[in-house]
Amino acid sequence: MTEINNTIEKSPVKLTREDFMSDQMVKWCPGCGDHAVLAAVSKVFPEIGYKKENFVFVSGIGCSSRFPYYVNTYGFHGIHGRAAAIASGVKIANPKLSVWIVSGDGDSMAIGGNHFIHLIRRNIDVNLLLLNNRIYGLTKGQYSPTSPLGAVTKTSPYGTIEHPFNPGELVLGAQGTFYARALDVNPKLMTEIMFEAARHDGTSVVEVLQNCVIFNDGAYDEITDKTVREERTITLRAGEKMIFGAKRDKGIRLNGTSLEVVTLGENGITEDDLLVHDPYQTDPGIHLMLAKMAGPDFPVALGVIRAAKAYATYDDLMEEQIASISAKSKIHCMDDLLNSGDTWMI
Amino acid sequence: MAAKDSKVVEMEEVVIRFSGDSGDGMQLTGTLFSDTAALSGNDLSTFPDFPAEIRAPQNTVAGVSGFQLHFGSSKIHTSGDLCDVLVAMNPASLKSNLKHAKKGATIITDIDNYEPKILEKAGFASNPLEDGSLGDYTLVKAPIRKLTREAVAELGLDAKTADKSKNMFALGLLFYMFNKELDHTFHFLEKKFAKKPVVIEANKLVLKAGYIFGENVEAIKSTIEVKPASIEKGKYRNITGNTATAWGLMAASEKSGRKLFLGSYPITPATEILMELSKHRNLGVKTFQAEDEIAGVTSAIGACFAGSMGVTTTSGPGLSLKSEALGLAVITELPLVVVNVQRGGPSTGLPTKSEQGDLLQALYGRNGEAPMFIMAAASPVDCFYAAFETAQIAMEHMTPSILLTDGYIGFGSELFRIPKMADFPEIKPPIAAPNSDFKPYARDPETLARQWALPGTEGLRHRIGGLEKSDVYGQVSTDPQNHERMTFLREEKVQRIANRLPEQEIFGQPEGDLLVVSWGGTRGFVRSAVERMQKAGHKVGHAHFRYIMPLPKNTRQVLSAYKKVLVCELNAGQFVKYLRMNFPDIAMSQYNKVQGQPFTVIELTEKFTQTIQEA
Ligand SMILES: Cc1ncc(C[n+]2csc(CCOP(=O)(O)OP(=O)(O)O)c2C)c(N)n1
Ligand code: SF4
Ligand SMILES: [Mg+2]
Repeated sequence: MTEINNTIEKSPVKLTREDFMSDQMVKWCPGCGDHAVLAAVSKVFPEIGYKKENFVFVSGIGCSSRFPYYVNTYGFHGIHGRAAAIASGVKIANPKLSVWIVSGDGDSMAIGGNHFIHLIRRNIDVNLLLLNNRIYGLTKGQYSPTSPLGAVTKTSPYGTIEHPFNPGELVLGAQGTFYARALDVNPKLMTEIMFEAARHDGTSVVEVLQNCVIFNDGAYDEITDKTVREERTITLRAGEKMIFGAKRDKGIRLNGTSLEVVTLGENGITEDDLLVHDPYQTDPGIHLMLAKMAGPDFPVALGVIRAAKAYATYDDLMEEQIASISAKSKIHCMDDLLNSGDTWMI
Repeated sequence: MAAKDSKVVEMEEVVIRFSGDSGDGMQLTGTLFSDTAALSGNDLSTFPDFPAEIRAPQNTVAGVSGFQLHFGSSKIHTSGDLCDVLVAMNPASLKSNLKHAKKGATIITDIDNYEPKILEKAGFASNPLEDGSLGDYTLVKAPIRKLTREAVAELGLDAKTADKSKNMFALGLLFYMFNKELDHTFHFLEKKFAKKPVVIEANKLVLKAGYIFGENVEAIKSTIEVKPASIEKGKYRNITGNTATAWGLMAASEKSGRKLFLGSYPITPATEILMELSKHRNLGVKTFQAEDEIAGVTSAIGACFAGSMGVTTTSGPGLSLKSEALGLAVITELPLVVVNVQRGGPSTGLPTKSEQGDLLQALYGRNGEAPMFIMAAASPVDCFYAAFETAQIAMEHMTPSILLTDGYIGFGSELFRIPKMADFPEIKPPIAAPNSDFKPYARDPETLARQWALPGTEGLRHRIGGLEKSDVYGQVSTDPQNHERMTFLREEKVQRIANRLPEQEIFGQPEGDLLVVSWGGTRGFVRSAVERMQKAGHKVGHAHFRYIMPLPKNTRQVLSAYKKVLVCELNAGQFVKYLRMNFPDIAMSQYNKVQGQPFTVIELTEKFTQTIQEA
């Protein structure tokens, strides 16, 4: 892993995962995918290297949003849907904090959808872990904006009749600069991604495909089951060819204006024909196509899909504006302001 | 310019109402006259009265924009009831503003605008200038359009551009009538149009033309002298309530050392506070124009958590949207400052008009038991002091707090005696020391305020949130006894703020026949009416409340001091309900007005007289 370089103060000593363990009883169901996310966070935070006081967790409401109670950092368990807005205030108020949002698919795609897109549009330098179990867990099993069309849930006994959001498309549509997808059952990839999210300047959205054992068990079996995972997912890495498959015999290439799955060695296809992943490119065109890939024709893309330095962060621009305007202004305190402009003696 | 040979009449106070099409520049005209009056030493108060539409159809009553100025040589409390001079730039403005003019008032109107079609649009069946219906007034029939075009003829401007300066004609005429200097307006024009010398020249020529017209026109028989006011000596400026609110917040930020963060979404009549604060990056003010009111308040709550003075500003409908988040600020006990500039409701209601209809929403509009500190500003200038105090109390008592102002005082302006920041107290929020024995809900024994532990500080990591927490330790808790204890602690914390509040004063004798009670932005009108009653020998007193939650400790004594109590407010009776709930044994009658307009001194004195006479 490379170094992280920004203005957040680093810890003089190497921290360990114990530094981030809270004394609270973790109350998620046994087997819930959220446990894996917690484990990944406590593993990666010492690697990120900031002083432990500089981490802040902000969440909304949902099973996933209980997260802040389970890590020993500063934490704010907010209200449903508003974590992104609360976190925006935290980061703008103090840009020297490393701010992490934990939110569910209901929290960020439904009630908080507006804050989600505007957070991304502003490119505020926070990290958002979107724990997507395609269901409302805390309220016991209603469909969410990411539940697939036809999903049978407690509020859709005959199947849903609404088309789901793909969070990645939403992130890119909102001009996101960072989007990654992880699996709760692949903690190693998840930690790698979290580190990259921390390293990225701007809003980093990490979607975790998370299993809810109680209300939506097996929602991702089609891609996570050990027997098919290699065939139905592709892990993207910067600078590497897009290859996947248990035998690593499949790849992605660009055919005209679309992506295409090809088999190496068939019809004269070689590795040279395959796309090389470039998460850093500004143009989101390929990133969008990658984010949209789905079965049965395509593998689901995992890893850092986009990490572009497309534009400055809101918090940097704010600090720069304050510095440059202050330097030019003749008004340095309230007394100056009160006495500025038209005044007269009586 | 040599003044005409007319006599000079002295007046103690004058009300001028400027009215015209919303594109006629009447707000600017009124402001320029006000500034000049202030510069010449008059005390004053102003109020703009404009339509919700930016440009309603031309020459219709719906499109009339007004600006009222009350200035004088004595203390001015309000923008006045009826006007002495009405400027009506077109028939529609005459139609809709005549009701605001005194009998015998001087009406200045542009006779070039009285074509049949325009008269019809304004709803006149016949020409009021000719049908004798204005017999009770002094009419100054000014051919404003014609003379404006003539004045700028030498500049070769097209008619449309020339007509844009018509308001300067009216202004020049008024300057003549009131013996005021043109200099301030010249300076203003030079600054405002620095890049367009022709426009400066055109406006100056028209301004002078208006002045000269005044010198020559027969209808103006005398000019009026309003002597400088005998107000407290010092340095003054003119300020609107919304600007004063913004500056009061900034002053509190300076005095507390907490950076000001504003999360806000534009809404009339509160937007000016956001606009004003957004100018002051030079003083480190961070304004965040959020995607909606909910993001406005929640970002401010996040900023509070991070150690800033978090503020959100809004008006009625926005306050409704913020309710859930206000509960979050209550339970996390963060010093959020909320400013609600009230307007006519419910729903979108009367966006540009004023009302006091959000009092109960501010007090009770949240789920659960969610008390907050609430105070209400009494006048445009008081917005400065009330905003300062609201933020001070929020931070020192670690409680979300609401400042109520309204469209009338928000848009209205007054002379502001410039204070010195050295005269303000330091604000001392209870910030937890690094590596101290911090417990999220341990409290100051006196105020019950918890400590403010700022992220980034060593040794204070903790979690707060919307779930109920255990007393002292701040762990998630569903324990029934704990919830009840925390509920009462939050209530008691707000109640104890009363210990620091000044006693409620009575303006007038300690006892008498009628105690008039008011709160918030109506102080000026009610005070003027009470003064008038007192001068006429009535035993009337006035208790004007700035502190709503908690009420001052002596409120019971105040309400019991007079034979009768009359609570006056611009709603259907919200404060009186609240007082009756708190003091069920004290009889109170009420006087309410819900027209989106301020009280008038006349209607108040009538009501007071009637109340005294009632058995
Ligand atoms: C204003 C408001 N509306 C509704 C709720 C009820 N509620 C709590 S969590 C939730 C959905 C949670 O789903 P998700 O965000 O996907 O989180 P998960 O539990 O699945 O992790 C709902 C509807 C609430 N707490 N607040
Ligand atoms: S209900 Fe589902 S999402 Fe919630 S804790 Fe249990 S398994 Fe996890
Ligand atoms: Mg969910």
